Amino acid sequence: MLLSYLKLAWKVLLRRKFFTFISLFGISFTLMVLLVVVAFFDNSFGAHYPESRIDRLTFAQFLHVKFKDGGNMNTPPSYYLLDKYVRPLRTPEKVAIASNFHATPSYVGNRKLDLDLRYTDANFWQILDFNFREGRAFLEADVKAAAHVAVINRSTARQYFGTETGVVGRTIVVNQTNYRVLGVVDDVPAMRFSSYADVWVPLSVSPDDLQQVKVNGDYLAIILAKSADDIPAVQAEFENAMKRVPLPDPKNQQFLELHADRLIASFSRQLMSPLTDYKSDGMELLYPIMAGLALLFMLLPALNLVNINVSRIMERSSEIGVRKAFGATGGTLVGQFLVENIFLTLIGGVLGLLLAYGALQLISGAQLLAYAQFEMSWRIFAWALLVTVFFGVLSGVYPAFKMSRLQPVQALKASGK
Amino acid sequence: METTLTPAPAASAPASLKTTPMLQLRDIEKVYQTDTIETVALNRVNLTINKGEFVSIMGPSGCGKSTLLSLMGLLDEPTGGVIEIDGRAVTSYSDKELARVRNHKIGFIFQSFHLINDLSVLDNVELPLLYRAGLSSKERRQRAQQALERVGLSARTRHFPSQLSGGQRQRVAIARALAGAPEIILADEPTGNLDSVMGEEIMELLLSLNRDQGTTVVMVTHDENMAHKTERLIRFFDGSQVS
Repeated sequence: MLLSYLKLAWKVLLRRKFFTFISLFGISFTLMVLLVVVAFFDNSFGAHYPESRIDRLTFAQFLHVKFKDGGNMNTPPSYYLLDKYVRPLRTPEKVAIASNFHATPSYVGNRKLDLDLRYTDANFWQILDFNFREGRAFLEADVKAAAHVAVINRSTARQYFGTETGVVGRTIVVNQTNYRVLGVVDDVPAMRFSSYADVWVPLSVSPDDLQQVKVNGDYLAIILAKSADDIPAVQAEFENAMKRVPLPDPKNQQFLELHADRLIASFSRQLMSPLTDYKSDGMELLYPIMAGLALLFMLLPALNLVNINVSRIMERSSEIGVRKAFGATGGTLVGQFLVENIFLTLIGGVLGLLLAYGALQLISGAQLLAYAQFEMSWRIFAWALLVTVFFGVLSGVYPAFKMSRLQPVQALKASGK
Repeated sequence: METTLTPAPAASAPASLKTTPMLQLRDIEKVYQTDTIETVALNRVNLTINKGEFVSIMGPSGCGKSTLLSLMGLLDEPTGGVIEIDGRAVTSYSDKELARVRNHKIGFIFQSFHLINDLSVLDNVELPLLYRAGLSSKERRQRAQQALERVGLSARTRHFPSQLSGGQRQRVAIARALAGAPEIILADEPTGNLDSVMGEEIMELLLSLNRDQGTTVVMVTHDENMAHKTERLIRFFDGSQVS
């Protein structure tokens, strides 16, 4: 019976070419946009290079200070705060501290290169999984010795030295400072804010006064838990540690807070703060809002598809009448039209997938975000499949139900009109 | 031109069967109601169709013939009264139960054929069997093929309705009605859209079905000649049986 439904669905699609085109365009375009968004989301927050152990990582990167007059200050924390209160935590396996990246001038002959420079400690290289094309990361000893060494990415090697290989040991001048290249790593996409840079150098060569006692600064901590299950324990210890941080200005400040959040939660805490007032990471709102937006985005083409499906099904009222006359129940017909609709949406889904692949290639090629390589993973494909089937059911249920309620005689009469 | 009929197995209905009610209508009413107008299509109709009978129904347009046939075939619900099939009142049956009765006991032939144009001849004929549990795909194909042989269209299985003449289409519709081996065939002006030669051919086919296989046939027609070939003629006027 399923084969018969599919054969019929295919014939109907071919017979009504304009309807089919409109339907497929609506489905594939909607899915393309959703897939691009999902791919962007996945590549930004999923387990991707070099944050491949994302399930064990938490990030402390946004300090929030609440003032007594109602004002707020959001800033990255200082090195002092992270070094004194976060680095000594006992529950995590490792804690890395790094600066945020900043564009820093460098020159190749007369050509200026703006290289994004980040200062890190040695743990940074152990927590994150960088692919070294050659050489190695700097070690604790290099950091302690304030060695002028650097790890650079492949693009920087190519642009600065004209080659990606054989650059270890050579000198790169960044911001008028000489660094000896220790290693070359694969490019890190700019969406990975906590790990991305062109050039990584030891924290100890930073021009900042790292020991200055202050809470606000330009640093972040990346914390590796012993296992994914251990993260709540890490967070609990982290919260306790933060309670011990004295307010720099108790007269004017009410409290300060810094959290060890999972990557997406650390952004959600900022994004959702107008709704949560920083009382939670906002994840309980973020996912429903995102799902709601996705649903809303799908709703318009789905309604359009419902409309098309209603007219398409109703013009087949003779068939409905005949099928009922010969023994089809309402439920059987709902099943038939749902199968047909899911078949149509799956075709649209495949087209959407191809379009999304093309769009992601274009976006990656355009380098709107440095080194961004949006990839279609099996996970995204599974999402697409789920979304497609949902879309098919969403747009097919109402017309199929409406049609199944018809008395056979009404259906047969309608076709005779 | 296709051969019209293959020799049918001799299975004429015994005379005793023809006194056993197949379908009974008791005080059947059908009223169409709009906001302002109430139209009585059928007014307290009492009618019994016995097993193995070939009954024709005649009357002017709008007298309620087709409505009556739709009610007999459980394609519509009466406003009042009781319909019994094989001695069982079906008026209160659920959608599922009605579908089962339609599938197992009733075969329809429509004036405008109502074939599904996107399906092949064989797929169209197979349709009633799709909704019957316990039949394999092979069995369904075989039965549909046999029904097509019965109406002389076995060479056209892969054709589509649009590739057939009107007479051939009606024969496909008859094959579809036969495929499920129903006990009663309800034909709504089966020759109405055909020329006289084709009409005769189709009528012969229905007569042979009734004569040779004992299938009960109820036919709505405007054609006196066709009606007089049947065993019983019922006349309708203004929603009531007049003879």
